[in-house]
Amino acid sequence: MNRKNFLYLTGMGFGATMLNRIPVFGSPLIQGTAMRNVDIAMKKQMADVALNAARSKGATYTDVRIGRYLNQYVVTRENKVENIVDTESYGMGIRVIANGCWGFAATDKLDTDSIAKAAQMAVAIAKENARIQTEPVQLIPQKGYGEVSWKTPIVKNGFDVPVKDKTDLLLAVNDAALKGGANYVNSIIFLVNEQKYFASTDGSYIDQDIHRIWPVFSVTKIDEKTGQFETRQSLSAPRGMGYEYLIPKESDKIKGLTTLYRDSYDMLEDARAAAPQVAEKIKAKSVEAGKYDLVLDPSHLWLTIHESVGHPSELDRVLGYEANFAGTSFLTLDKWKSGKFNFGSPQVNIVADKLQPGSLGAVGYDDEGVETKKWDIIKDGILVNYQAIRDQAHILGLKESQGCCYADNWSDVQFQRMPNISLQPGPTPLAPDEMIKNVEKGIYIIGDSSFSIDQQRYNFQFSGQLYYEIKNGKIVGMLNDVAYQSNTQEFWNSCTAVCDKNDYRLGGSFFDGKGQPEQVSAVSHGSSTAHFKGVNVINTKRKI
Amino acid sequence: MAIISEDDCRTIMKKALSYSKANECEISFSGSDSGNIRYARNSVSTSGFISQTNMVISSAYGKKLGIVTTNEYDDASIEKAVRLSETLAQFAPENPEFVSFLGPQTYSPPSKTFDADTAAITPAMRTDKVSESLQIAKDNKLIAAGYLQNSASFSSMMNSHGLFAYFTGTDASFSITLRTEDGQGSGYSTKDYNAVSKLDTLNFTKTAAQKATRSAGAKAIEPGKYTVILEPAAGIVLLEQLYGGLDARTADEGRSFLSKTGGKTKLGDKLVDERINIYSDPSNPELPTGSWAGDGRPQEKISWIEKGVLKNLTYSRYWAQKQGVKGIPSPDSIIMDGTDATLEDLIKGTEKGILVTRLWYIRPVDPQTLLYTGLTRDGTFYIENGQIKFPIKNMRFNESPVIMLNNLDALGKPERTVSGESFSSALIPPMRIKEFTFTSLSDAV
Repeated sequence: MNRKNFLYLTGMGFGATMLNRIPVFGSPLIQGTAMRNVDIAMKKQMADVALNAARSKGATYTDVRIGRYLNQYVVTRENKVENIVDTESYGMGIRVIANGCWGFAATDKLDTDSIAKAAQMAVAIAKENARIQTEPVQLIPQKGYGEVSWKTPIVKNGFDVPVKDKTDLLLAVNDAALKGGANYVNSIIFLVNEQKYFASTDGSYIDQDIHRIWPVFSVTKIDEKTGQFETRQSLSAPRGMGYEYLIPKESDKIKGLTTLYRDSYDMLEDARAAAPQVAEKIKAKSVEAGKYDLVLDPSHLWLTIHESVGHPSELDRVLGYEANFAGTSFLTLDKWKSGKFNFGSPQVNIVADKLQPGSLGAVGYDDEGVETKKWDIIKDGILVNYQAIRDQAHILGLKESQGCCYADNWSDVQFQRMPNISLQPGPTPLAPDEMIKNVEKGIYIIGDSSFSIDQQRYNFQFSGQLYYEIKNGKIVGMLNDVAYQSNTQEFWNSCTAVCDKNDYRLGGSFFDGKGQPEQVSAVSHGSSTAHFKGVNVINTKRKI
Repeated sequence: MAIISEDDCRTIMKKALSYSKANECEISFSGSDSGNIRYARNSVSTSGFISQTNMVISSAYGKKLGIVTTNEYDDASIEKAVRLSETLAQFAPENPEFVSFLGPQTYSPPSKTFDADTAAITPAMRTDKVSESLQIAKDNKLIAAGYLQNSASFSSMMNSHGLFAYFTGTDASFSITLRTEDGQGSGYSTKDYNAVSKLDTLNFTKTAAQKATRSAGAKAIEPGKYTVILEPAAGIVLLEQLYGGLDARTADEGRSFLSKTGGKTKLGDKLVDERINIYSDPSNPELPTGSWAGDGRPQEKISWIEKGVLKNLTYSRYWAQKQGVKGIPSPDSIIMDGTDATLEDLIKGTEKGILVTRLWYIRPVDPQTLLYTGLTRDGTFYIENGQIKFPIKNMRFNESPVIMLNNLDALGKPERTVSGESFSSALIPPMRIKEFTFTSLSDAV
């Protein structure tokens, strides 16, 4: 699973083909055993085998991650349950420093001999690689926490909910969309449970139980006469929550052109709304290319934040560690050191936050045993910080890591991954309706769709699910074929207002890709609706 | 060592089937050993080794299916997993699209997908290769970031209808980005082979070094429609969107770029320039792939686009049965015919145009026209009167591979390449395309 698969998933308009491309992290799981957590004493015993074996071979630092990664995907289309996939991946990853260099090995054989052999392999790799290393690893000190634990504060464990309840919900969603006039509908519930145990030579033994959920659908409508087809995808967000996210609360709804959702999601209601909207989309006016003011709903803006703020402020990219794949960053260290790099307008305040309840990035400790925290990235429009892990913290003059280390499985080495990165709400009361009243010529965009950005995070292009034309402060109808292109710094400096905290919502990525071999991570991005002046909009309609 | 022999696979899967009491049962058994080394800032960063095997047991009663996995292969563990899959099947909802497992199949003789030397690569060998690559970077005062990976794998399947299939393969891949010390130039090269002996990391690093040095000091040109030469590593990321979109069901349902009104498709229609021939061939010596698909169907030589005409679509077994056709599975990789012209020949024959090393962050914009967006990266040059004149700043494009292949100007000699987006291998030529649509400039280097 990788960024590409995220694309396939978000490209649900392609229809049934997506079902062949659903990522499978592990193997089909023996159903009913999902909650059979591995005994913690046994995990400590196995971890100690690895720690001791690595130490005896010359490792100066070792950490061990014993992971049990569970996924459940319930997949339907129209009136059929297409697939129920349960996967489990269980094994151990051992990371060491030997001769000043990192080494890593992983195994799914968890007997004492296999663990010891994997530890030895990790040390052997580190020693080989030390021959060509020019910068020995500098690991910022980290206190050991002893034996501690952390759990996502879920109300209802999705894995405990009978599969029938999930298929019933999805089939009801599909039925609602079909009754509303859709030709096709695909719907899926994704559930993730990471049971992670971390141990290190610093003296930490950390047991964590992490949950995520993402309900998603795609409705397709085809105009029989012209053959033109359009899709409208769900306006849900992936969340670090249990099944309670799928139990709708009226207080979480924001009523408007279409209902938008805060901390619970009414999937049925959204599907009912989607069917007529996709029909309207087919008949909507094709946008005239040019400069427009954009009013971006959080269900859309999260992805722009992710790509244009989240990724460029990753310190490993800034330093060049991702140069061969994900790229580097325009937010170079000199810009940060100047203390006055004008990333955005004064309205732009962006925080990194690994503590935010209900978010995808919330954990108690990261994957190198660092307690998580919250800090500023952009303050009043100025770049003030990055995202760092233990072997990078010294570069920023930090005394401790910012706790951004993550691996998507026991079999992959942990590295710097994005914490939740969110635009803070505006300080003065402002609702989206009032914001729209101040727009002369603009487009109100809801939902995320196509996204692309260059390898240093300057030039980007984004599309959405629903586009509404704004003329002289009023919504006058739906538009289609819209994509906006901009430059990151120019875009964030064109931000004139952000709505208040009542409008604040989380969006997020379930499958953010980075690294070689590529790993995914899940991360949330919060914002309130925001206004951007004079952004370049292109018309994407072509003929083949 | 995770590579298990054909005989041993047969024995262990027969054992599993002997426990089955379901109407039908299918076993898949696979595993791999893989190692990698990653480097950046002219030094090693991370590296690793992973070894794993996995058995998947599928039991079916009518249209009800239960699937269980295990990585413990003693008799008791296997029997327990088989029993559990049967229990699950009995409680599962009926899947109307379930198709009974296949009977015995005839597969082409296996092509040379496995290379013993590649399977035997050690951490020291990886380090030595990277060391050579780093030396080129240092000699040229460039900053290197790269990735070298190798794997050896096996996969096999057997079912209660008598099907048996076995495959072993190796893979060695390399990618390198070299940047000038001032960050103003960047060059890239990537390759992927079954045999590590073909993976000339030294030479590929030299290519990237040359591009990095030559790409410094790029000039901005106005975005618009230009003739482009897409090197294979650039072309593949757009081509794969075309052949990855050949699903018959989506086309039949009216929601594909291959759909026509009235439930018809473009199968048999001229889709692109008549010089375009795209096919798959598991026995091609330059790009050997497996002779069977994951569901047990044979992988054969198939023409997808012939003289510009769409010749075949891919079918799931369910959709093939429903439509009453012989369903062809998706290919493991594709081959596109070319000419004997070298990349240099294509450049020489270009009056005005742009040479593209790599395309990046490819995302769909409109599935109806197969419109994609993305950017150039790591070596983009302006060509005038048959010569590379100067490096140019990167640009964003919005283009459809269908439009692109209709605007074909010339093809070069096919070479093996690997997609930097999907990591799939292909054998395709460099392509010269007219009126390729660039929509904005990027400051990225």
